[in-house]
Amino acid sequence: MNAIDSYLTPDGRTIGAPVMEMKNITLRFGGVVAIKDISFDIREGEIRAIIGPNGAGKSSMLNVMNGFYHPQEGEVHFRGEKRGPMRPHQIAHQGIARTFQNIALFKGMSTLDNIMTGRLTHMKTGMLSQIKWWGAAQREETANRELVEKIIDFLEIQTIRKTPVGRLPYGLQKRVELGRALAAEPKLLLLDEPMAGMNVEEKEDMSRFILDVNDEFGTTIALIEHDMGVVMDIADRVVVMDYGKKIGDGTPEEVRTNQDVIDAYLGVAHD
Amino acid sequence: MSEIMGNPQLDTVPKLLARNAKTYGDSPAYREKEFGIWQSWTWAQTAQEVHALALGFLTLGVKQGDHIAIVGRNRPHFYWSMLAAQSVGAIPVPLYKDAVADEMAFVLDHCSARLVVAEDQEQVDKMIDVKDQLPNLANIVFLDPRGMRKYEREALFDFTDVQAAGLAKAGELQGELDARLAAPNYDDTCVMLYTSGTTGRPKGVVLSNRNIIETGKNTSEFDNLKHTDSVLAYLPMAWVGDFIFSIAQAYWSGFCVACPESESTMQDDLRELGPSYFFAPPRYFEGVLTTVQIRMEDAGKFKQRMFKWGMNVAKNVGPNLLDGKSVGFGDRIKYQLAKLFVTGPLKNTLGLSCVRLGYTAGEAIGPEIFDFYRSLGINLKQLYGQTEASVFITQQPDGQVRADTVGIPSPGVELKISDTGEVFYRSSGTFVKYHKNPESTADTKDAQGWVATGDAGFIEKDSGHLRIIDRAKDVGKMKDGSMFAPKFVENKLKFFANILECVVFGNGREICTAFINIDLTAVGNWAERNNIAYSSYQELAAHPEVYKMIQSHVEEVNASVAQDEMLSGCQIHRFLILHKELDADDGELTRTQKVRRNIIAEKYDDLLIALFDGSSEISTKTEVTYEDGRKGSISATLEIRDAKIFERAKVAA
Repeated sequence: MNAIDSYLTPDGRTIGAPVMEMKNITLRFGGVVAIKDISFDIREGEIRAIIGPNGAGKSSMLNVMNGFYHPQEGEVHFRGEKRGPMRPHQIAHQGIARTFQNIALFKGMSTLDNIMTGRLTHMKTGMLSQIKWWGAAQREETANRELVEKIIDFLEIQTIRKTPVGRLPYGLQKRVELGRALAAEPKLLLLDEPMAGMNVEEKEDMSRFILDVNDEFGTTIALIEHDMGVVMDIADRVVVMDYGKKIGDGTPEEVRTNQDVIDAYLGVAHD
Repeated sequence: MSEIMGNPQLDTVPKLLARNAKTYGDSPAYREKEFGIWQSWTWAQTAQEVHALALGFLTLGVKQGDHIAIVGRNRPHFYWSMLAAQSVGAIPVPLYKDAVADEMAFVLDHCSARLVVAEDQEQVDKMIDVKDQLPNLANIVFLDPRGMRKYEREALFDFTDVQAAGLAKAGELQGELDARLAAPNYDDTCVMLYTSGTTGRPKGVVLSNRNIIETGKNTSEFDNLKHTDSVLAYLPMAWVGDFIFSIAQAYWSGFCVACPESESTMQDDLRELGPSYFFAPPRYFEGVLTTVQIRMEDAGKFKQRMFKWGMNVAKNVGPNLLDGKSVGFGDRIKYQLAKLFVTGPLKNTLGLSCVRLGYTAGEAIGPEIFDFYRSLGINLKQLYGQTEASVFITQQPDGQVRADTVGIPSPGVELKISDTGEVFYRSSGTFVKYHKNPESTADTKDAQGWVATGDAGFIEKDSGHLRIIDRAKDVGKMKDGSMFAPKFVENKLKFFANILECVVFGNGREICTAFINIDLTAVGNWAERNNIAYSSYQELAAHPEVYKMIQSHVEEVNASVAQDEMLSGCQIHRFLILHKELDADDGELTRTQKVRRNIIAEKYDDLLIALFDGSSEISTKTEVTYEDGRKGSISATLEIRDAKIFERAKVAA
């Protein structure tokens, strides 16, 4: 299927060429095989979901994608180039941002400051110029603040702009974390269980934000999610994993009717 | 009046805008907090924005006499939409933005709206839902394009695109626009506002240019409003008060209207802005005071003592200073100290530091609450009005402010009290008619122009101030023939921070009973301090300790009602605490948060029966409507309690 350069979604968006390609990835921790020979791609402008039961290797996969784990076998290509081992800041500079399953914000800092930290990779002025403040550093801060305010407006979190993040309810913290990832203006946004622990209303809100981010900013999104309903509603294509193996890949409709997927989720009698 | 009649330049609001753009061109006309900072538009810029939009409306084919509905929170763009509508000879109709799609469909259909200016996807979705029922609705203009990228754009336009399209055709349309700007006269329609309607369907109140401009002029002069004043527009745009404050008075005086960033940031925005003119319903002032009290209860001992001392000084001296009475030198020093350490910082936190003129209306305000703000040195006054009067019927002049009256007739208003005790008025602000409803118009306004307010009241002999007792139709008789005025008792109950809302019943009955809604903020905090665990509103409302507390409030009110000669029969014998908050979405309150007595009585008739038949508890199931229009139900078993009744006050022989 990699032969096609682009495809059209049912709602009329054009999905472009692959941004990230995973080729025959195998990841082992000692004797434990977490991921076994998995290949798939993520295309420009699409919402790509990775689903699977507990322990299927989803989070490991995400960590491979963002360069935190280095697979023993296989290659990761990002924007056409093969990727070697990297430090986290190098990954960020490449244009990959992520959120975490267990929120990783600076609890004592305000929403605004947290999201501003997402701009760090885009700041060019050095320490001396920042200390001096006037001139370049000030202009840069203003430009960054403008972008951050647009994100605050976008995520509808004006009310909590100055509230320390630690005081916010869980659903809002998740939203702030999404804001911080967006502030990095990523080429690829990785979301690790964005809806985990949310109630129905919060899930609906978050789904809307994910769709809007994709729609308004054209951001390519890869997300891991437990909640099948949500995934089927918002994803363009879905990879299904079970016990470290890929058991399905395709549109939500294709995946939903795939017998292996049904067996993995509902269980199957082994005889 | 002659000043305007002789001056054809000022007989419509768009003409006032043109004058302001000339006279106050560089002064701010609008501010709005967006992207974290206050953006502002001068009068000259405002005139340009309105001009472009008016041309844009012409490109959409808006005709003279068309109705243009406006749905959104307070934003400069919506005020401009109203002005642009008036500029092309159309009639603006602001709607309540949190109304559900069906409610909107009724109003849009009733006024045959041709165009809707809607805020965002949420509002546009509602319009699309009901568009099939509305053959006249041709176009929808929206402000925030977010999430609507994939919508069919055939009849859907972006606000800025409409402005740009108008400007692009300025050459050929300017002549038409000029003609339409010049066409209206003083008695043509300026705006149509729908009453929230405590009973039945909303009615469209037609207000003329005369109504609006005379009211703007008279009341601006009454309180000496100037173009340097500023106001925060945060109350619903569909409400007549917002139209009068943010358009009539603002355009007449040329002052600046600021819009908050979002509804929930209003308190922060108020604090940053520090307006000089402020209006809020009693509910708001109560809410803020409750928050202050809660925060002080959580503060340290030293701060509590300082607060107490400061507020005491302020209470003794503040109102006298405001009323211009003589105050001793020592008291003045103490007041300044209190101001420095307590009241000043408090006012600043509340965003009321610069308020030169404050008004409250709509409901009675508790004397303690009123005095609290007055003692802070805020010139808070009361007014009495209604949509049909372009708001102002009576208002309190500086120096004659009291908690229990609503003031003297506003300039240009005549008052009379009918034999039945109902208040009638006649004024230059009196509405033209109800839209498509001649019967109701005739019922309300007689041939001489006297309008029935529907409120029972009397004019105090010594001061000439009007006092309102209750809604005339709610005033009734108990079985023994004594007077029944539910509002009188309800207001006394609502003065307690723990009671958010209540409804008293007793017309034609032997005893009075009440439904009570607790205030979740106040009672929740009280529960926390007293280690009372609860998991839901319903559980907290049914807690025996809460019942005990509310019972003590009810009995206190009974003691005070017993002192009143006429109304001592209205003491509450039995009450219950409702398991859900009364809500406008369920039709129990109006969109302006007034209780709809009959609907509540009908909906909870099982509870009502139990209140009067002596049972001690009742199981019930109630339907609730969620914000998106879905319905659900909650069931509960409610306790009914008896309250202590006090001896009637002896009638002086």
